[in-house]
Amino acid sequence: MSESQDVFHRMKDLPTEHLLGGGTPMCAGCGGLQAIHEIYDVLGENTVFVNAAGCMTMLANYPYTPFKGSWFYTAMASAPAGAQGVRDALDILVEKKRISKEEDLNVVVLTGDGSANGMGLSSTSGTIERNLDYLYVCYDNEGYGNTGQQTSGGTPHGAKTSTAKGELGFTGYKKDLFSIWASHKPAYLATIIGSEPLDLARKIEKTKHITGPKLVIAFSPCPTGWNYDPKESVKVGKLAVKTGVWPLKEYIDGKVIHTIKHKKRLPVEEYLKTQGRFDHLFYPERNEKILKDIQDRIDKYWETAVFT
Amino acid sequence: MSKVLLTGNGASAWGARLARADYVPAFPITPQTEIIETLSKWIVDGDMDCRMVNMDSEHSMLTAAGAAAVTGVRVFTATSSQGLLYAMEMLYSTAGWRAPFVMANVSRGLSAPITLESDHNDILAARDSGFLQIHCATCQDILDSTLIAYRLTEDPRVRLPVIVNLDGFYLSFTREPVEIPDTKRVDEFIGPYDPENERFTANVPVSQAVAVLGGTPYSYFRYETHLAAQKALEVYDEIAEEFAEKFGRHYPSIETYQCDDADSVFVMMGSFSTKAKEAVNQLRKAGKKVGLLQYRLLRPYPAKAISHALKNKKAVGVIDQNISIGKGGVLHTELASALYGQTGAPRILASFIGGLGGRDIPIQEFFKIVDTLEEATKTGITPEPRLLFTSQEMEEVRKLQAIANQIPTTTIDTTTIDTATVDTATIDTTIDSNNKTSTTQRSTD
Repeated sequence: MSESQDVFHRMKDLPTEHLLGGGTPMCAGCGGLQAIHEIYDVLGENTVFVNAAGCMTMLANYPYTPFKGSWFYTAMASAPAGAQGVRDALDILVEKKRISKEEDLNVVVLTGDGSANGMGLSSTSGTIERNLDYLYVCYDNEGYGNTGQQTSGGTPHGAKTSTAKGELGFTGYKKDLFSIWASHKPAYLATIIGSEPLDLARKIEKTKHITGPKLVIAFSPCPTGWNYDPKESVKVGKLAVKTGVWPLKEYIDGKVIHTIKHKKRLPVEEYLKTQGRFDHLFYPERNEKILKDIQDRIDKYWETAVFT
Repeated sequence: MSKVLLTGNGASAWGARLARADYVPAFPITPQTEIIETLSKWIVDGDMDCRMVNMDSEHSMLTAAGAAAVTGVRVFTATSSQGLLYAMEMLYSTAGWRAPFVMANVSRGLSAPITLESDHNDILAARDSGFLQIHCATCQDILDSTLIAYRLTEDPRVRLPVIVNLDGFYLSFTREPVEIPDTKRVDEFIGPYDPENERFTANVPVSQAVAVLGGTPYSYFRYETHLAAQKALEVYDEIAEEFAEKFGRHYPSIETYQCDDADSVFVMMGSFSTKAKEAVNQLRKAGKKVGLLQYRLLRPYPAKAISHALKNKKAVGVIDQNISIGKGGVLHTELASALYGQTGAPRILASFIGGLGGRDIPIQEFFKIVDTLEEATKTGITPEPRLLFTSQEMEEVRKLQAIANQIPTTTIDTTTIDTATVDTATIDTTIDSNNKTSTTQRSTD
């Protein structure tokens, strides 16, 4: 881990050396991979990614890996428990002087929203309770993306998924994973998105200088699962922020602070219209009830949002 | 050397302590909990230089255990029954990671109905996982097997996790005199853990447990794991020899008792083997040529040693403390596959299922099994598999069912057990179970 804190004032301060190799089996336009690229560049290669079943499991396929550092696949429910074992073992090895401090690694959990919101909650909760020193990166593509975008705990209201094909789409509401994690009082918690690389870099840099459980949720536009042209991923991501669908924020010392303020928040329709999974809200006729519900909930959220 | 009274759980904890385990991810479950409580106290008191972490589940516990082992520390953990099944995904995974660590399993029957007491269905559910399995019959056996297990799991030719199995209650909570080996001698025997290439460090980036695409690399790695497990047979024998030289106690992969000249042989594993030994003693006094074959290693399966020990025997009675629903005894099935087609394989290979959920196997039932084997030897006909159940037990269940206001639907034809004489046995255990019952109670009006 680096000693000095890199400061990211402007886009040109961002790392110019890119650590993640190309040619991965991820879909074109993968918003999750975009975020991981940016995260990895800030974290550096002295990392071990501890992965749960999901899209990113396909990154390392025997005998290839795009990572310059280490990688460890565990299982869908227990990547944080894997991080516990790796972190504890590294601590023991350093304490008992079997490896030097220089050989230590930054332990990073990498899971999708399916694992994070569902079967992985128990093991995640345990690591926060035990104050484990690690970084959790959740790429949130709002469904079980790797198996064809079935409804997950991260799926938003009204979205069509491959298991919510009715005219209303998914009738439930996206779990508030940020609040679930915040209730555990972790050392650090933030939301990020690949299309706001400066905000992302500042937050990831911060995690390098905080000991304890640090968790980030990366909103990950998914052309395959959300049904839009891969080239639109950055635009979709920027609209998610501008419409207030994806608030960028941090939790530190019990306070939630929003890191990007809208000059003028755009109507959510502008975001929804970019994706085929919401087409049924507009065609053949507008579903005013659902559109209003979605907009009302966003408006209500921002009424109490706190900024720096 | 002096002995101390230790429970099976205490002996298991001593094994981990003497092996200098660095790390213990833990989760409580009856009847295992005493193991982690004992280790926890030693760690707090400074008697053991080890880190223990209370995990959120056995699934997480196994993940952390395997992850720490492949990062380069010596790991011990323990579970039982439902916990073992909850962790099952990670048993297969950690074995596939070739993570070297030792886990105690304190055998307990599986739900439903939920129970606390012992049988072997839990550990046999782990049969195909890639974990090696050592089955213990005494408390000394548990301590010694834990030390042997560390040598076995860390051997470069093996590198598979090992379960040391002890029966719940019958061993976990039973105090027996146990010799605690000298620390220095154990250090000489086990030595420090060499993780070899299984580690995560900054200077040597590695990818572990990565995905494969297609059946070819998948098959290769699965076969490789299987071959390592088979190799573990000879590695185990080497280690057991070395242990015997150093500590004076020998633990072969299978233990035979009065087997050489026996006509009829009991085959079983776990603590009830000691009951079978007593039955053999009494039957021998009555002039019957009876012996016992007790498995210590179940995985890898010592097929050659088993078929050698049973060669030219007239009859074998396999006593399974488990039931593969819809098939029968697991050990019986496995033994049949090991003996089939072998020269001198016993003509009679009979199956007896008993000792489920803590149910005792009284010595009289061993006598009756021998009578059945002798009768079968005469007729040349292998009897139907038997479910050990006495008429007294049937009555007991009927009373419970009456209290539960439940209409009895299944009748298990039973054995009546007389006093401890050898010659009274007749076994008649056909079963009529056309209807489903469960432990559901009907509320009375």
